[in-house]
Amino acid sequence: MSRISDYESIVGADVINELRMVARKLKNKVIQNINSTSVGGGVAEILGRMVPLLQDLGVDTRWDVVKGGEKYFQVTKKFHNALHGRKTEITREDYDIFLETTKTNIEQMEFYGDIILIHDPQPVALVEKRKFLKSRWVWRCHIDFTYPDPEIWEFLKSFVEQYDASVFSAPAFARPLPIRQFLISPSIDPLSDKNRDLSEEEINNVLDKLQINRDKPIITQISRFDYLKDPFGVIEAFRLVKKYVDCRLILAGGGAIDDPEGQKVFQEVVEKAGNDPDILVLLLPPASDLEINALQRASSVILQKSLREGFGLTVAEALWKAKPVVASAVGGIPLQITHKYSGLLSHTVQGTAYWIRQLLHSPEYATRLGENGKAHIKQNFLLTRHLREYLLLFLSLEEKEDIIYL
Amino acid sequence: MHKKTGHLVKAKEPFRFYTRLNLIELTGKKANNLRELVEIMKEVPGSVIYHHTHHYLQQHLYLSPEPPNDFAYWVTYILRDEELGEEIASIDLCEFSTIRSLREKIIETIEQHLAQNPELLRTAPPGGEFHFFKTITFILPTPYVASDLSEFLEAIKKISIHSIYFHMFEAKLRLEKGENDFSRWVEDMLGEKELARDIARLDPYTFTMEGLRAALFRLIAKRIPGEII
Repeated sequence: MSRISDYESIVGADVINELRMVARKLKNKVIQNINSTSVGGGVAEILGRMVPLLQDLGVDTRWDVVKGGEKYFQVTKKFHNALHGRKTEITREDYDIFLETTKTNIEQMEFYGDIILIHDPQPVALVEKRKFLKSRWVWRCHIDFTYPDPEIWEFLKSFVEQYDASVFSAPAFARPLPIRQFLISPSIDPLSDKNRDLSEEEINNVLDKLQINRDKPIITQISRFDYLKDPFGVIEAFRLVKKYVDCRLILAGGGAIDDPEGQKVFQEVVEKAGNDPDILVLLLPPASDLEINALQRASSVILQKSLREGFGLTVAEALWKAKPVVASAVGGIPLQITHKYSGLLSHTVQGTAYWIRQLLHSPEYATRLGENGKAHIKQNFLLTRHLREYLLLFLSLEEKEDIIYL
Repeated sequence: MHKKTGHLVKAKEPFRFYTRLNLIELTGKKANNLRELVEIMKEVPGSVIYHHTHHYLQQHLYLSPEPPNDFAYWVTYILRDEELGEEIASIDLCEFSTIRSLREKIIETIEQHLAQNPELLRTAPPGGEFHFFKTITFILPTPYVASDLSEFLEAIKKISIHSIYFHMFEAKLRLEKGENDFSRWVEDMLGEKELARDIARLDPYTFTMEGLRAALFRLIAKRIPGEII
């Protein structure tokens, strides 16, 4: 388990000192996080990292999980799909199951926090309890909310409106709401296996294990096998590049084993790659963080040619390794890449190929973009910034002004 | 770097270094074209204009040269109007001592351009809308205090870039003090008129924060007997 002082060597003592100063202002507050699962999934992962670090900073932060049966989680899975814009039929009975489970949780849970931070839609309706309490309530939405199904959003909105504030991960996710909406971007942990420094030996060991030769420049896209990540467009762009520069393409992703559509996309990608020995399509097992880290570090150019994207943290991961990145200007990617400063933004297959060629032909330019990208991530997308913004969010709940003297 | 002790003027009131931290609030407002941009710019609070003219600077403190403000970036790269983008990017932020006057200048620049080029009303592609944010600023004291130039120099080495940012930018424009905090203190408390003028002459918008720290260091060190720059 990392301690806050472990980050000092990466972000500097001044950043850690500022965190400590802000944390002191929350000395007498209890922060209660509530989500729907203690293991698995991105939110549990974030809370698993952040709760101990906030405690280490002296902020009394705790974490509770709602209880629900199989039916409840089937319903919330439907909600999740509908909020991501997929057409999903939600019946009257589904809503009843959701509300009934919420009621049971309201009766059984203890709401002891001065600030109650509810994560994602599953526990959103717990806010019905708010009128009996003095606490401040914040709804933290982690999911891609660009095109939510209107019906389910109308239903959830009636609860979201009862909060003191909401938090979204990207500007496009925000919705017209009568409550305050804050922007807190996700972050990467520079000490995790996916992002920590690796020695050349560690990188080579992983590449040997995966049977990847480093004899020519490697272009990589790390993403799950999903049409929205446009793996076919990546292969087309690679083939255009290959006409002029000898290089290798790696398409690697994990987490698709229990996803029937993922399997299908993987097979289609393998077919599209054909017999080309320079295209490697790798289905990585879960917990392949070290492998992903090594693949990114061994690459000359990293792609994220998504057609749609939530935040797209794989871009931050690549930039943190000072790699030049060519990515689509969708979702949260433009927040991470400023075109021609900290990476390149593309819109088409041809554009992607053009930028890859530029980067391979101009290593100094590629290095500069990568270094700028790393500085940008260090300043804006590491876990320490995320912690700072949470602390400021908690403090802002008592303030209405735009300039606050602490 | 080492220094010999010299006789330095002690300030009547010490300089307390502050720092500032930001949180971004979404306004829910977005523009698809220049006319919508201007209309929303007219009605939003000053902290929104401040955000979009300084957020690049805050997010890219290590980059050089500094990229332009958000409005210029959007007009250049999303609306693809390079001429107007350049005009907005080249507005000299140092000239403005209030957000209000800065806002008026940007609006005037866009409106003039629209009047001259009415056919150029381009619409942002889907997903490329300009989202208006505002900056909530938290100001807090740091442990660093200086009573003379030597202590001031030591603190300049140690404070965070956020603290430099606060005293050089935020104090002048957002808190509308008219000048940066460093110049005011060295002149009022230490009688260092020349140093105050030199610091005020630095164009903070064209330095990286670390570059600005180095420039401040050189200017202050020059005024300390025996200090090796």
